Amino acid sequence: MTRVGFAALVTLAAIAVVAVIGPLFWTIPPEATNPAQSLAGSSAAHPLGTDELGRDVLSRLMHGSRVTLLVGVAAMLAALLIGVVVGAIAGFKGGWADAFLMRFTDGMLAVPAFFFILVVITVLGTGIATLILVIGALSWMPVARVVYGETLRWKTAEFVVAAMSLGVPAPRLLVRHILPQAIPSLVVSATLGVAAAILTESALSYLGLGVQAPFPSWGNMLQRAQIYVFTAPVLALYPGLAITVVVLAFNFLGDGLRDALDPRRRR
Amino acid sequence: MVVGQEVARFLFQRIALGALVIVFASALTFFFVNLAPGGPASVMRFDVTAEQREALIKRMGLDKPVTQRYVEWVAGAVHGDFGTSLLTDEPVAQRISERLPNTLTLAGAALLLSIALGIPIGLIQALRRGSALDHFLSFFSAIGLAVPVFWLGIVLILVFAVSLRLLPSAGVTATGDDTVLERIRHLILPTIVLATTILPTVVRFMRSAAIEVLQEDFIRTAHSKGLAPRVVVTRHALRNALIPVISAIGALVPRLLGGTVVTESVFNLPGMGRLALEAAVGRDYPLVIGLTVVGATIAVATTLLVDIAYTRIDPRVRLA
Repeated sequence: MTRVGFAALVTLAAIAVVAVIGPLFWTIPPEATNPAQSLAGSSAAHPLGTDELGRDVLSRLMHGSRVTLLVGVAAMLAALLIGVVVGAIAGFKGGWADAFLMRFTDGMLAVPAFFFILVVITVLGTGIATLILVIGALSWMPVARVVYGETLRWKTAEFVVAAMSLGVPAPRLLVRHILPQAIPSLVVSATLGVAAAILTESALSYLGLGVQAPFPSWGNMLQRAQIYVFTAPVLALYPGLAITVVVLAFNFLGDGLRDALDPRRRR
Repeated sequence: MVVGQEVARFLFQRIALGALVIVFASALTFFFVNLAPGGPASVMRFDVTAEQREALIKRMGLDKPVTQRYVEWVAGAVHGDFGTSLLTDEPVAQRISERLPNTLTLAGAALLLSIALGIPIGLIQALRRGSALDHFLSFFSAIGLAVPVFWLGIVLILVFAVSLRLLPSAGVTATGDDTVLERIRHLILPTIVLATTILPTVVRFMRSAAIEVLQEDFIRTAHSKGLAPRVVVTRHALRNALIPVISAIGALVPRLLGGTVVTESVFNLPGMGRLALEAAVGRDYPLVIGLTVVGATIAVATTLLVDIAYTRIDPRVRLA
């Protein structure tokens, strides 16, 4: 893998470690308010200061990272599942199923997804589970296209035709013989998908439609921070930097994996 | 003329396809809203009596089957009637059209900025491929793709409105001083922020398209027949590289429109995006459906414009 990709992997591993074990060592609860200490600068007790309710910013950042990574990865898995099913069926069945499913995919791509997300949230309300479902349900289209292309490409390969003529049933043919060929491309899509999901989650939480207070997420920390941007600008700095670094790392990791797994695309 | 006919057929196909996309978007939102648990039939504020509830259900036509309601909705929408907003009791069409100009101005400005910056930057990177400048600009694009746009907005407000006091931080125009200049000043930061949602992608597409074209034989031929490098780049390389980039830009318009929701919220701009947010928070179903359909229509219309640009830039499309 490229050096940049490796650096991204190390960064992500470090962030994951902090997200998992950080709160075990830094035990200030993220919801604990302290009006006497609101908007305090950095100190020994609060290395990154406190927010407008006197909550510890470091603790909120660490707990927020859990939510952000959880939603990002879970939404990507949901998108992966839908995308693989749609792409594989369309590519393998061909004909009517192909036409219907791939035109559906095109239609989903042609409509502003963020508006659809707002529609779904209007109906289902907010919450972490809704958030994961919504982001997954509206970001599977690139995955479907990748799987569709790979399925079309491999279903006429000799080893697949051979397996078919031996009487291997279609589902097994797909799962054991065709889909494994798509794994390198899927790993890349999945990595880039986490980055995109994290950006969408943070935007929704910033708008007040994602993770709800008092639970911290990097996005909803920024929602409050904008109000205090004149008096305590650093509050807006940390969560935004955190999102940028994580998304950048996932994107670089995705690019690095693409170079490593798919020599044809090496430039 | 044969060529004219081909163009007409091409455009007719695109218009038909666009109409299908709009129908698709309206059907998807309409049926989702009406069939999902927690849809309009079940919500209705909690503070209403049973009679009021009945009356509201009657007035919204919720006692009719959903397919019939959809057909009626489409019949109305064709005539510009998208129903009545639940929050303000105003016609949905009126609420949207009040906000539409602001959003179109913002999105149009951001699109132009992305094209005006993205194409030259991508071309320069392709021409100086592998140089320090290329690496620097690639890294810059990567950052642009990773930065949450709303955060970029907050940071820009902090720098240009709070610290330097150069530009306004919110609104469409200055109170009591509604001049074109003020409107442009208010548009600068939101345009930069919204452009960030697509600019890095435009740069990347342009860079790889230009790299591919620069390796073509006809470029070498053009060089070897003694044409000035300037002419080779602008007449031969740029024109051919633009073809894939233009269709890519068309595909980015939905993302750009989605970005207006966040951008308008950060800068407190009364546009369609912020209206969509208000509709989602207030559970205003007719409004949210109308907005999605209008959003899809704008995306389709832009794609159509891109297709027309296509026929002008790439004569082969006329025969395709």
